[in-house]
Amino acid sequence: MSRLTAKFDALRAAKRKALVPYIVAGDPDMERTLPLMHKLVEQGADILELGVPFSDPMAEGPTIQLAHERALVHAVSLSGILELVTEFRRHDQDTPVVLMGYANPVERMGYDGFAERAGRAGVDGVLIVDMPPEEAEPLNEALARHELDNIFLLAPTTTDERIAKVAGLAGGYIYCVSLKGVTGAGNIDVDQVQKLMQRIQAHTDLPVTVGFGIKNAETATRVAVCCDGVVVGSALVEAVASAEKNGTDVLEATTLIRDIRHALDAISR
Amino acid sequence: MAKAVDKAIDYASFPDKRGHFGPYGGRFVSETLMCALDELEAAYQRLKNDKDFQAEFDQDLAQYVGRPSPLYLAERWSRETGGAQIYLKREDLNHTGAHKVNNTIGQALLAKHMGKKRIIAETGAGQHGVASATVAARLGMSCHVFMGEEDVHRQALNVYRMKLLGAEVIPVKSGSRTLKDAMNEAMRDWVTNVDDTFYIIGTVAGPHPYPQLVRDFQSIIGREARAQCLEQTGRLPDALVACVGGGSNAIGLFHPFLNDESVAMYGVEAGGYGVETGQHAAPLSAGTPGVLHGNRTYLMQDDNGQIIHTHSVSAGLDYPGVGPEHAWLKDIGRAEYVSVNDDEALTAFRELTLVEGIMPALESSHALAYAKKLARSLDKDKTIIINLSGRGDKDIHTVAQIDGIQLT
Ligand SMILES: Cc1ncc(COP(=O)(O)O)c(C=O)c1O
Repeated sequence: MSRLTAKFDALRAAKRKALVPYIVAGDPDMERTLPLMHKLVEQGADILELGVPFSDPMAEGPTIQLAHERALVHAVSLSGILELVTEFRRHDQDTPVVLMGYANPVERMGYDGFAERAGRAGVDGVLIVDMPPEEAEPLNEALARHELDNIFLLAPTTTDERIAKVAGLAGGYIYCVSLKGVTGAGNIDVDQVQKLMQRIQAHTDLPVTVGFGIKNAETATRVAVCCDGVVVGSALVEAVASAEKNGTDVLEATTLIRDIRHALDAISR
Repeated sequence: MAKAVDKAIDYASFPDKRGHFGPYGGRFVSETLMCALDELEAAYQRLKNDKDFQAEFDQDLAQYVGRPSPLYLAERWSRETGGAQIYLKREDLNHTGAHKVNNTIGQALLAKHMGKKRIIAETGAGQHGVASATVAARLGMSCHVFMGEEDVHRQALNVYRMKLLGAEVIPVKSGSRTLKDAMNEAMRDWVTNVDDTFYIIGTVAGPHPYPQLVRDFQSIIGREARAQCLEQTGRLPDALVACVGGGSNAIGLFHPFLNDESVAMYGVEAGGYGVETGQHAAPLSAGTPGVLHGNRTYLMQDDNGQIIHTHSVSAGLDYPGVGPEHAWLKDIGRAEYVSVNDDEALTAFRELTLVEGIMPALESSHALAYAKKLARSLDKDKTIIINLSGRGDKDIHTVAQIDGIQLT
């Protein structure tokens, strides 16, 4: 059983919601990303989404764009990130790690080479933002050969027909985009998320996490009631950036995750 | 005729249903945009063969743009060059001064038929931005143009033109602050306002169906040129030459000739300071395949798949990707792609201005510079058609600056 499936089974059995923080690998630098990953787990993260920096992050709002730019100053590469995951796995064999990024760095490495190396490094899932199911077949095959889950996005604009198609290809979990917009965008509309969740759940038993616009314990708990987990991206990336800017320890940024963990656990009881 | 039967490829049948030209093209966007692209594709498939829509488009091209544009024999320049007869397809004479307007007229009509009220566009040189602002003004739509901060400074004149036309110009401060970043930002706006917004992409790049529909709208260039050439010379041209930024003026000229096997085609990329310096914008000449802005194509990228900075004296060619159909035409050998450096293009700019009294855009000057070399290698009885994609007024500041002259 994949680490992601095992994790969600355990969470469901414990009636808990998955807490999935997103950080950009190499922000503020590679040396500090590793301790940040461990600290996030310590503060209550169930799954880690590691952003793979790209020069043209089309789906990101300003906060995460800047994080990609900061990482690229140090020439952070997909290879380097796979080494980072290898390091992480030496001390943590339980927490699933998902790489989230854009198609081109993966294209450049080659699907098969990437899948093979990612599998060996201990990556569990891959989410390529700009690779919808229509284009994903070759990558899917490569990932399947190395027992990696391909995680897809579903959006408020997704038709039922497409939901069915994605449900057939997806593994691990489905990432439900809460709003029409880029990461870090405005206010989340819980009613709309709920409606989309119902449409998704009519087609699949896969766990569904919701992301985009979840900023704090309050938004996390409001959304979590209708799904299996929440992704916290821009708010955490922002906290890392301000810690770095203020010269404080970036590990402090993870208190946001601790607070959300407490709030989520309070509602699941 | 026998030849036509065993011809292996019918170029008109591309792209395939999912927008692929061989391994290139496709639709690499985030899920939120997939439905908008489906909607656009459905509308386009419906209207493409609709007589009323086509009639409306043709009428606008004739009465608003001023088509057909002339096919002009540059007699003196041909003679001085020594070699083939050089014809210029005068897209510079279009309303707004470049080929870009053919496409914006077509896409704005699509927007109107789809009931979209808000137009967004990206622009590099500002020509596509001006052409978008122009059609938006005419149709009473709001228009937001994304432009890299760097280009906002380089192309101040066009920025002001857009403002006068009622458009809002949004300087893009992310990444390299040029055309590619403007396109990223336009995509982000589209994702956010997908319900009421139509994104007018300015070249044959982007996700399917853009490379197809922009090509179809621009193909008026080649259809006219083909008929004009047959009428004026009694036969088909021997070669076509066009500059390639994203590739819309080139594909517009090439496409109606693709099934004419005897016609050679040359796409001219921006060699910048020289392809060997790495400071250029010539992905077909020196790049590798990858995925950017919704399609798979040749890109300027590093070993880690990061898009690298480009350089060209002409803002309209300063783009790290290229339309997927060109990537495919290169691989199958139907068209050849070459590059011309900044200084060669500038020389051609000055020469055409002095010898023919036609001031070309710096983009088009790349095509002129290559055509000159090509013409010399051909006999006098051969003909070359160059796509003179735009006029040079917008570049006067750039040229003056290179000459060390400060215009106020
Ligand atoms: C006059 C002119 N020619 C050519 C181009 C390059 O675009 P494309 O390769 O799509 O024709 C531009 C772009 O701004 C332009 O303004």
